Amino acid sequence: MELSTISSYLLYTAFVLYLIATVFFAATIKEQEKATKQSKAGNIGIAITIIGFISQVGYFITRWIASQHAPVSNLFEFTTFFGMMFVFAFIVIYFIYRFNLLGLFTLPVALLIIAYASMFPREISPLIPALKTHWLYIHVTTAAIGEAILAVSFAAGLIYLIRTIDQSSLNKKTFWLEFIIYTLYATIGFVLITMAFRAGGYENVFEFQATDNNGKEITVQSEYTLPPLFGPHDNKQLTEGAMKPLVEVPSWLKGEQAARKLNTLVWSIVTGLALYGLTLLILRKRVAAWIQPALHRVNPDLVDEVSYRAVAIGFPVFTLGALIFAMIWAQQAWNRFWGWDPKEVWALITWLFYAWFLHLRLSNGWHGERSAWLAVIGFAIIMFNLIAVNLIIAGLHSYA
Amino acid sequence: MNKIKCECGHINPEGTVLCESCGKPVEQNQHIDGNKHNKLLNMRYDGSARRSQTYNKSFVDKIWNFFSSVKVGVWLIAITLLASSLGTIFPQEMNNQSSLPADEYYEVNYGLAGKIYYQLGFHDLYGSWWYMLLIASIGISLVICSIDRVVPLYRALKKQKPVRHESFLKRQRVFGEAEHVTDEEKETLLKQLKERRFKVMEQDGHLLAEKGRFSRWGPYVNHIGLIIFLIGALLRFVPAMYVDEQLWVREGETEVIPGTEGEYYIKNEDFFVEMYDENDERYKEAIQKEGGSVPKNYQTNAVLYQRTDDSLPGAQPELEKVKEGSIQVNRPLKIDGFALYQTTYQLNEFKSMSFKLHEKDDPNEESLGEITVDLIDPKQEYKLDNGYRVVLDKYYPEFKMENGEPITESKYPRNPALVFNIYTPENPNDPEVSMLGVGFNIDPSESNDYKLGITNVEMRDVTGLTITKDLTLPILGIGGFIFMIGVIQGMYWNHRRIWVQPRENGLWIAGHTNKNWYGLKRDIQQVIAGTNIPEPNDQLERKE
Ligand code: HEM
Repeated sequence: MELSTISSYLLYTAFVLYLIATVFFAATIKEQEKATKQSKAGNIGIAITIIGFISQVGYFITRWIASQHAPVSNLFEFTTFFGMMFVFAFIVIYFIYRFNLLGLFTLPVALLIIAYASMFPREISPLIPALKTHWLYIHVTTAAIGEAILAVSFAAGLIYLIRTIDQSSLNKKTFWLEFIIYTLYATIGFVLITMAFRAGGYENVFEFQATDNNGKEITVQSEYTLPPLFGPHDNKQLTEGAMKPLVEVPSWLKGEQAARKLNTLVWSIVTGLALYGLTLLILRKRVAAWIQPALHRVNPDLVDEVSYRAVAIGFPVFTLGALIFAMIWAQQAWNRFWGWDPKEVWALITWLFYAWFLHLRLSNGWHGERSAWLAVIGFAIIMFNLIAVNLIIAGLHSYA
Repeated sequence: MNKIKCECGHINPEGTVLCESCGKPVEQNQHIDGNKHNKLLNMRYDGSARRSQTYNKSFVDKIWNFFSSVKVGVWLIAITLLASSLGTIFPQEMNNQSSLPADEYYEVNYGLAGKIYYQLGFHDLYGSWWYMLLIASIGISLVICSIDRVVPLYRALKKQKPVRHESFLKRQRVFGEAEHVTDEEKETLLKQLKERRFKVMEQDGHLLAEKGRFSRWGPYVNHIGLIIFLIGALLRFVPAMYVDEQLWVREGETEVIPGTEGEYYIKNEDFFVEMYDENDERYKEAIQKEGGSVPKNYQTNAVLYQRTDDSLPGAQPELEKVKEGSIQVNRPLKIDGFALYQTTYQLNEFKSMSFKLHEKDDPNEESLGEITVDLIDPKQEYKLDNGYRVVLDKYYPEFKMENGEPITESKYPRNPALVFNIYTPENPNDPEVSMLGVGFNIDPSESNDYKLGITNVEMRDVTGLTITKDLTLPILGIGGFIFMIGVIQGMYWNHRRIWVQPRENGLWIAGHTNKNWYGLKRDIQQVIAGTNIPEPNDQLERKE
């Protein structure tokens, strides 16, 4: 068997193991007195998580050997690595606090991240000259570890919010909490709908006029893998007999792939809404309200502490990886350590945001609920930089 | 200054909230840290006297107080964060590769929104005066807030004594009482404190156990690092500290390296580009997706020379070879603080073209003479044998037709076209005109008797280098390094204190930490293990 095939199998194995571990962590709800006490289900859960993590490390190493460079050089590889480090960060925090329910919230997010990553092209690609330096690996991996640790504070913040927010009525707080949960559904929606049409081999190609960087008109093609709810402005359909776009995007949406990306986004939102709606029908209450009773043994102060601790541990790692190592790399590759490229700026924003978080906590005593909301926003910024900046605002970084 | 004498005898500076020595709240100052209506004491900076909380009269006081406030700092950070994000909506001018000028680019590409963006100056947001002002304010704030706190905190931690006032202990977040404690239990307590690596001070049976005090200095260390970094960034505006120049060198040529004041020269021996092998099994799929060519390496083989004579203007320099090596992306060649980076290139620029003159109708095209035109520095006139003369009338290095007129797009010979006047012995004053270029050879009058034919073309590559010298890098590096030490010091360690006060038959126990209360409580559990001392309460924890 080829090494790259073994590598893929190891990743699948890790995925399945994380799934099983999630079930065991869910079982700890029933079993225990106090959320942090040792429990059998929790022990099995963490053991399976660790085996899954080792399997994913195996994926990483075999892929590294197969591609001859550290597999963090495209969106699939980087996002998968981020998922792996997220699990790693969970394992570390778990052994500090022995907090089983954290697994129930981190592992599904890790699963989503890995599933999301798999929707991107997965072939092994060569490195262009600017990426050929050890500092690239050092920068990218350290930044991902930092972000992963910070992301654990999101998981803890979410637990805090679900545990403590009064669910007796629909108001601003309960709405936004549901919104956070819904974004997870939208991600599932994206993965499911992409896989479904990919399995069916769906393809629909359009040709249209776009403007390039110099303001010149150029003819471009866009390959849809989802049925076109939104087609490019003034398009010509090249695939015969395929569905015509329901709506054409307005002319100001000029980017070459803008219409296709909008189409994918809308499909994800709609599929997510359908799944979420179905859940509401079954549960007959808000998702957070349904989860809340399961968390009533959780001590909010402990969760708050876990969330803060994750930021305290992650902040220095993030600074080192996403700013300092990034500057060293940029200095080597482009002889300027900082260039105000969107990806860099968003790393700076993330960093300022967590600095802000720490100072608010210090001086204004933003503990508990406010701190939990901030942890959620911080994660949103990280995800924005990880995904949206690559997909929307293309920069120098190669993952575009 | 109005010193405050505490009942324990310690003399505190004006503005003290909690006595530096025994921790007793200073009655008239409780409003400063908001202790009045709270059960628990605010332990930030240990209730020491801070200038910003004490004086607010003069103009200096007001400035000082403004910049030392964390609220202001928090606002500055938030505004900077929001401002920074604005700059990513559309590309910044400096990162924009478009050939359009900025005043057209934004409107053409992004319509009205783009126009507004440009007019607000957001196309150069990070170089704008107000963005710099924000960063500068953060810098000032960092300096002032740090000085405002670090000195008093240092005093308070140095002066503290094991004997503490009752109310100080009672109003700690972690506090517990034990009714009956035996001497053995006290021994165990002491032993286990030391086992948990607490430094224990004793005074009349009162204990102060402390560890990780150095972590309190973490924030100040990291702020110093940030300040050094900002100073480094500021120094880049000093010309001598920072050189950033572009240089094109053609293969075979030697150029003076700009920024070195004529001291160093570089010769481009060879420039080349390598591509990945399309048939490489490993990357086949990805390369096909990229359209069949993915670059693998850009390289200049260079020789560096140093000038050995006194550099007189106009004089031929005497050069001595000092270094030889390759320049690749990510691998600059360095000399004397300067670094030469591979940044761009031009392949196959024309170096020279050779022509031969022959009679138009001659089937053998027998040569009447050959000329070679150097396309970088062409001669005006070329004399041949037997009275023939060729004059270069017009030269277009990068030829293009625009509105029916020949023009050149640049001064670089990328697509040369030449117009010659040919003088012959028969017509010494009335030349024939001939126009030649890549792929064409035109006789505009259509009555020429002679023809110039291209016999040879020499091409070469040109490498584009960036020369930098950045004396601020070490400063930035030191700043970053100190920052990292500071954050790690402040984040991965914490300052924990446990006070034990003997009471009639039992004792009081109180604890404080600047962060990680979970860790402190676990420490206390282990310290009182094996005794009958009940676990102290967390007075902040909600009871359910
Ligand atoms: C981007 C800029 C800044 C960064 C990255 C930064 C970073 C930090 C960090 C990491 C801490 C430690 C926090 C903790 O232990 O939880 C800290 C503490 C602190 N910072 Fe900053 N800071 C910045 C700007 C400022 C500014 C502008 C002020 C001014 C008001 C300020 C005032 C403070 C204070 C008063 C502390 C607490 C000191 C203590 O606990 O003794 N910081 N800072």
